[in-house]
Amino acid sequence: MSFFVLRNARLIDPASGRDDRGSAIVRNGGIADIAWGAPLPAPEGATVIDCAGLVLAPGLVDMRAFTGEPGAEHRETLKSASEAAAAGGVTTLVCMPDTNPAIDDPAIVDFVLRRARDTALVNVHPAAAITKGLAGREMTEFGLLREAGAVAFTDGVRSVTNAQVMRRALTYARDFGVLLMPHLEDPDLVGDGVMNEGEVASRLGLAGIPREAETVMLERDIRLVRLTGARYHAAVISCADSVAIVRRAKADGLPITCGASINNLALNENDIGDYRTFLKLSPPLRHEDDRQAVIEALADGTIDVIVSDHNPQDVETKRLPFAEAADGAVGLETLLPAALRLVHDGRLTLARLLQALSARPAEILGLAAGRLAPGAPADLVLLDPDEPYVLDKQDLRSRSKNSPFDEARLQGRVILTLAGGRIVYDRRREGMAA
Amino acid sequence: MTASARPTFPHRHLLGIEGLSPFDIEALLDLSDEAVEVSRQIEKKKATLRGRTQINLFFEPSTRTQSSFEIAGKRLGADVMNMSVSSSSVKKGETLIDTAATLNAMRPDIIIVRHHSAGAVHLLARKVGCSIVNAGDGAHEHPTQALLDALTIRRRKGRIQGLVVAICGDILHSRVARSNIILLQALGARVRVIAPTTLLPAGIERFGVEAFTDMRKGLAGADIVMMLRLQRERMNGSFVPSTKEYFRYFGLDQEKLALAKPDALVMHPGPMNRGVEISSEVADGAQSLIQEQVEMGVAVRMAVLEALASHLRNE
Repeated sequence: MSFFVLRNARLIDPASGRDDRGSAIVRNGGIADIAWGAPLPAPEGATVIDCAGLVLAPGLVDMRAFTGEPGAEHRETLKSASEAAAAGGVTTLVCMPDTNPAIDDPAIVDFVLRRARDTALVNVHPAAAITKGLAGREMTEFGLLREAGAVAFTDGVRSVTNAQVMRRALTYARDFGVLLMPHLEDPDLVGDGVMNEGEVASRLGLAGIPREAETVMLERDIRLVRLTGARYHAAVISCADSVAIVRRAKADGLPITCGASINNLALNENDIGDYRTFLKLSPPLRHEDDRQAVIEALADGTIDVIVSDHNPQDVETKRLPFAEAADGAVGLETLLPAALRLVHDGRLTLARLLQALSARPAEILGLAAGRLAPGAPADLVLLDPDEPYVLDKQDLRSRSKNSPFDEARLQGRVILTLAGGRIVYDRRREGMAA
Repeated sequence: MTASARPTFPHRHLLGIEGLSPFDIEALLDLSDEAVEVSRQIEKKKATLRGRTQINLFFEPSTRTQSSFEIAGKRLGADVMNMSVSSSSVKKGETLIDTAATLNAMRPDIIIVRHHSAGAVHLLARKVGCSIVNAGDGAHEHPTQALLDALTIRRRKGRIQGLVVAICGDILHSRVARSNIILLQALGARVRVIAPTTLLPAGIERFGVEAFTDMRKGLAGADIVMMLRLQRERMNGSFVPSTKEYFRYFGLDQEKLALAKPDALVMHPGPMNRGVEISSEVADGAQSLIQEQVEMGVAVRMAVLEALASHLRNE
């Protein structure tokens, strides 16, 4: 089995906040030891990897990634998503149930887990649907789905619009201790909307999506969490008003956590420019004031996690007039470099950023990952946080190339990724070790 | 000024008023004045576009805009082909790109495009090698309509600078309103918009216009009253409760028109809903410029085609 010493790195353990020099010993898929301080003499038989000048941290845990398997394998398979993840330093991804068939039955959870075991380079955990067929009407089998391996429950890009259904789902979820992780967009308030409502949409002649499409759902759900006492994770929030709502709910002691998409942290509605459909997203890119509020909320912990919101779309769904194009952007490979912008801009420490990208999501999902400590799985990312480059979407490993960061200047690159003690990406060898 | 001494129009496409300088706009209006003269002669034909192919590609039916572009092209000597693509085609977007590629292979020189989706014309402009004129894209822009409105106003009032122009009606869904707001402000007019708030775009105050929800206040002191069409599907409870209520508060009749300046002029891009946004009495009255707008439409489209002529491919 694997036996590595990653020597002389800047180690960051986001779970404890410790950021110091040291080495990590990886053996049999796990972290055998972490030696803070001076370089160790290499144990006999170990492969030594010199990490001078690089950061070694737990691999990222992405709570929201869409794949096309089963049903839309031409856009993304679990294998291609996992290759993209490995190249982006993501060692655990939670795949969304918006597949065909939807992940609303234990047999589909089992299928996804077996396919992932056979084909994927990184850890894949399915999120199951809250309602059968993602239709928003009847609850799925929370208990059996969790037993099959579902780590959370969400209707993917859809919201549970019926308040009674949501109330019952929360009530029932509490009994099983499972996590509901809904998307927040009231389809009636979205209406024909295709981007954030406001001046930019009005100038482009595009119908707007008001922030209230998100906040009305969020307020409702928080009332229902108060009523039921269930654990609740708002999948992605995108605006200043939502931040204020979550902040208040947390202050009231409710069992609420929330995420933000990297897109809402790194981009705003002006980036849509000349009708760029790769920036047509759900939730939509918002005003710069909203982006700033979301960054601040991430810095102060109101927002717990950052997700890639990876959503592969192809030419047929994106090379269309803006209003007719599908929502979504790929993000697994650019999650880390795009998020590092916040560190380079002085908004967050690297340790805090990595906490929101690994330790905190692992904690919310109840996974052992996200720690640099003996006994933790050897899911690791070695990165150069400063290396600048310009992204060319053709270099992406994802089957779909709909990146909003195409041609963007990014700073920070993954050098090496280990999942379960196995090298799944090695930039120094320019490729993947399968 | 002779045609050769005139500075060239610096754009290869006309996708919107946004991006045109006041100088570009004035130059197009000057060229349009000349085109009006040509159109009023018995011999209406020029040779500017002789041998050139113009395709009118309309994804949304429009009798008047399409025929206006057709006449403009023919008066300049172009071979004009009309192509209407039914919006009920299997997949609209595919039709757009596929149609663009197919047409492009036939080597047209100019394509005039109307599409129901904002930005569709920009998408198409990136895929073809010829000049593109936007004849209306969703709720985004309709630049030749704004130019013909400006020409009509300038010929009747002698200027645009300093005029108070009230645009009234469904601003939210109107590409005509957007193009007019940009153009009229670029030339120094004071623009007001009048509508119930359900028909005003979010952030309209950021456009530099004054917004009114009370038509009487909005019309006070106006030099130009520009009415917009209210589409039928928006009249029955979705944006306004009924045509009856809409006409009562936002329809232009003689009584409301009397609140504007005594020499105020009335415009409408057509086709009109008589009795919904405008009374017949006003539409056919002495202050109405509606028929003149149609004449100016041909002249402006000739001017636009002439301006783009210097950019047409010559290889």
